Amino acid sequence: MARGQTPSQTVGPFFAYGLVPAQYGYPLPPVFGHVLCDERTPGEHIRFEGRVLDGEDQPIDDALIELWQADAGGRFRHPDDRADSDDGFIGFGRCGTGTDPQARFRFRTVKPAALSGEAAPHLVLVVFMRGLLVHLYTRVYFDDETEANARDVVLASVPAGRRPTLVARRRETPDGTVYHLDIHMQGPHETVFFDV
Amino acid sequence: MNDDPTGARDWSSHPPLIAPDYKSTRLRGPTQPPVARAPTVGERTGPVLIRDLVDPTQADLTRNGARNGEPLGERIIVTGRVLDENDRPVPHTLVEIWQANAAGRYVHKVDRHDAPLDPNFVGAGHTLTDADGRYTFRTIKPGAYPWGNHHNAWRPNHIHFSVFGPGLAQRLVTQMYFPGDPLLEYDPIFRATPEHARPRLVSGFSLDVTQPAFALGYVFDIVLRGSRATPWEH
Repeated sequence: MARGQTPSQTVGPFFAYGLVPAQYGYPLPPVFGHVLCDERTPGEHIRFEGRVLDGEDQPIDDALIELWQADAGGRFRHPDDRADSDDGFIGFGRCGTGTDPQARFRFRTVKPAALSGEAAPHLVLVVFMRGLLVHLYTRVYFDDETEANARDVVLASVPAGRRPTLVARRRETPDGTVYHLDIHMQGPHETVFFDV
Repeated sequence: MNDDPTGARDWSSHPPLIAPDYKSTRLRGPTQPPVARAPTVGERTGPVLIRDLVDPTQADLTRNGARNGEPLGERIIVTGRVLDENDRPVPHTLVEIWQANAAGRYVHKVDRHDAPLDPNFVGAGHTLTDADGRYTFRTIKPGAYPWGNHHNAWRPNHIHFSVFGPGLAQRLVTQMYFPGDPLLEYDPIFRATPEHARPRLVSGFSLDVTQPAFALGYVFDIVLRGSRATPWEH
């Protein structure tokens, strides 16, 4: 017999000590954090960061971003896809926007490889915040993967004018390679979210 | 009831992205509809290899924040099953909760409600469901909490829940309410949910779960989207 789905409700303003206690300094053991790999993990080590902006372009400091991605071999850390090897790759992370002075989320990870010829390398993001009653899914592509992005079937399904909302910009810093992408909840640059 | 239990998000069961009575949604909910597409491998998989990350002591919120005694308030047991739309249990999945203390105060640093903190209560925990999809927490009944949405606005007693399921597409963050709470009919967050689906957010009191001379029992089942039977692709 079919049962109705439990409705979603907002994550609210006070999720930090429940979902990301270590990042915010609460005395409970974290399940997930903002670091998705360690020094053993193969691949190009990067930071991924950005802000979440509201309809008046103000940075939101009580959003939570979850990140799920393939490794540098294009495999997800999941029993159907990848042996659970001992290379420090976790593949999933969380970061709240309430601890950075600029209200950024900041992840340390490795750049994923493409999954197939039809899918460019990308990150899967889940977006939560106070004032958002239903979480949202989006994707992040990389601006130095022009050829792969041009072949990506999901990116191609998005109106061309909105594709830039899904592409992070690379820059080199003394602290290593950073990809940056702001998430716009509303406005002319409103991020493309997916109903998957 | 969802007539199409194939795994899609049933938008008739969920609140809208912009619900004007809940003011914060006005500038934060996207104005363009999400782009519909079938889940790919990235949404059909998710972080399920987590047994090593889960701490079994974190299912008892009456103890995991204790420093020099027991937390104040009414001890309760909250239990239930995580199921999919076809009534199949979702085993070994991560369930996380967080809540206010008995006085309606959150530990969170930006909570400025003038109610006391409890030195023996943090108010967050996690556990894994068992092979039948069942979870159980021991905690304190949360108090009602004032907020700034409108004049004299109070949140009903509630516990926040985060659940994963077999893949990222099944992810759910929700809130569990308590039966008979008079604040429910005034709460724009609860009321943003379509009326027919609101009862799914309200736990049931259970004398069977209640432990004599110790704690009242509440049951809250959580129904996730089904997994679409899509062939594995690479």
